[in-house]
Amino acid sequence: MHVVVCIKQVPGTTKVAINPETNTLIRDGVEAIINPFDENALEAALALKDKTPGTKVTVVCMGPPQAENALREATARGADNVVLLCDRAFAGSDTWATSYALAQGIKALEKVDIIYCGKQAIDGDTAQVGPGVAEFLGWPVITYVRKLDVEGDTVKIERVFEDGFEKIEAPLPVVVTVVKEMNVPRMASLKGRMRAKKEQIKMLTAESAKADPNEVGLKGSPTRVVKIFTPPKKTSGQKWDGIGDPIHAAKTLVGKLKEQKLV
Amino acid sequence: MAELNYGLTESQIEIRDMVREFAETRVKPVRAELDEKEEFPRAILNELGKMDLMGLYIPSEYGGFGAESSLDFIIAIEELSRVCIGVSVSYAANALGADPILIGASDEQKKKYLPPLASGEKLAAFALTEPNAGSDAGGIQTTAVLKGDKYILNGTKQWITNGGEADTYTVMAVTDRNKGPRGVSCFIVEKGMPGFKFGKKENKLGIHASATRELIFEDAEVPKANIIGREGMGFILAMRTFDVSRPGIAAQGGGLAQGALDEVVNYARQRVQFGRPIIANQGYQWTLADMATEIEASRALLYSVCRTVDSGAKDYSKFSAMIKLYATDVAMKVTTNAVQLLGGYGYMKEYPVEKMMRDAKILQIYEGTNQIQRDVIGAALIKEYASAKK
Repeated sequence: MHVVVCIKQVPGTTKVAINPETNTLIRDGVEAIINPFDENALEAALALKDKTPGTKVTVVCMGPPQAENALREATARGADNVVLLCDRAFAGSDTWATSYALAQGIKALEKVDIIYCGKQAIDGDTAQVGPGVAEFLGWPVITYVRKLDVEGDTVKIERVFEDGFEKIEAPLPVVVTVVKEMNVPRMASLKGRMRAKKEQIKMLTAESAKADPNEVGLKGSPTRVVKIFTPPKKTSGQKWDGIGDPIHAAKTLVGKLKEQKLV
Repeated sequence: MAELNYGLTESQIEIRDMVREFAETRVKPVRAELDEKEEFPRAILNELGKMDLMGLYIPSEYGGFGAESSLDFIIAIEELSRVCIGVSVSYAANALGADPILIGASDEQKKKYLPPLASGEKLAAFALTEPNAGSDAGGIQTTAVLKGDKYILNGTKQWITNGGEADTYTVMAVTDRNKGPRGVSCFIVEKGMPGFKFGKKENKLGIHASATRELIFEDAEVPKANIIGREGMGFILAMRTFDVSRPGIAAQGGGLAQGALDEVVNYARQRVQFGRPIIANQGYQWTLADMATEIEASRALLYSVCRTVDSGAKDYSKFSAMIKLYATDVAMKVTTNAVQLLGGYGYMKEYPVEKMMRDAKILQIYEGTNQIQRDVIGAALIKEYASAKK
């Protein structure tokens, strides 16, 4: 079996400043990490490999040259192959263009059975790229997966919600996005880390991935970011003690609501 | 942080970084609970096995990482010890159990017993101490008598680290009472061999995560093939094992002391009394300065001893004893001061330094008390100066 994991490199903190002129995140000087949910996706793939000998794990990432570090970490943990989609033409891609580029990159690989993605990235929080990749490939997608078993040509999946879970069966090939509770990501082994230092990272450009230059980068991105800002802190509002004097509290509350023309 | 240049190799830096991260993320969050519940860190050791760290000191032909330097393993112990020596002793005791095999076993025995230890699938323990044989290892009463193709072992071992948890035990027993220390032999005993049982689990001052237990041999049957070397080699094997293992205890001391210093400095920078952080007081700084200096001196001596071992030196007992003695005395002093410097908070279980102080004490006692280390150093001095005069 051949499984692919899509990973994204994200800032290792939630305190990232925003450049107000370009509406982009300022990533300089911030430690870059593998998106935590993608670590769960990678772990799921590696666990499947442990359970099913002969399984090959390929990790795909789109990003600038320094995203190589994320792929080295994936190699250290046990990925067989890593591919970096890296090209100036990809710069400025939104979730649509990113999904397209990743799908093109995956098409360039040998036959794939399962694609694992994290449920979302902690920087953009869109949760769109996993389903987007499935759409561009024309495959089924199952999101929020916490458990996956392969049985023959199908996968049996548990899909988690706030109030319960679904049991689903899907044919291969399939794209899944995984939640944190699926597993605890392993740490890289010493031999893995030593191997990863020497690993040659395979680079794919837009051209080698056969990506239409009009469909990637800013040109291929229908999303227009008007403004990014940190929302102002909510004030705590007003409180009236309803235990000491409930009638007064109720009257004051109704008065205030009327004042605001809310009742 | 500024660091002395110890000329660490690529793999040593890799080991340091990965174990440091592992200790911070996987051990630190559970150390208080392991201590409180006296729980053996089985899951942690399993994970260390998967990370190739259980077999650092085992040659690659027997499934280990085959580190070129003894320092690789020492650094791993040091980094684990920075967070919890209850965990690090459970880790390091595997090497203590495996050392007699590495030093004196046949290729066949090595092929059978080392690979599962290297992968972490099995754990090892070393069994010498008895109720009447502590510092005087010559006082061993456990006997081994050859009957046909088996040795029959009778006796009790006590305070055995990893006792009950380990699968492979290297056990010292007397095969010839008339020969004194030269009548002691070393056997590989597997958990589950007939007549081999476990006795009481000890209730200790510190290192609660580690398992310390009695081993009981009641007509225990050990295959003849499981003797290491030949009859009478046990005592020499034990002494050579201590030569290589004592730097490991020093690494525990150095790591523990460093962990205590980290706690104190972080606390003192934040704790405000009399209108300023307490670290602003000269008295406080001077104590911290002494701690940091002694920790670094201890590390420098430890790494030098490792390099001497690596160079193929034949006799380094004196240096192994020196670093075991020095690093563990420093650890006791630093952790005791750490509790004092945190004041009332230091005495409370919410902060880790009380555990560090409780844990530190064993380092001055096990693998030869620090008084025995001084004996070793003293004996070496007498011998060296006597031979120099000739």
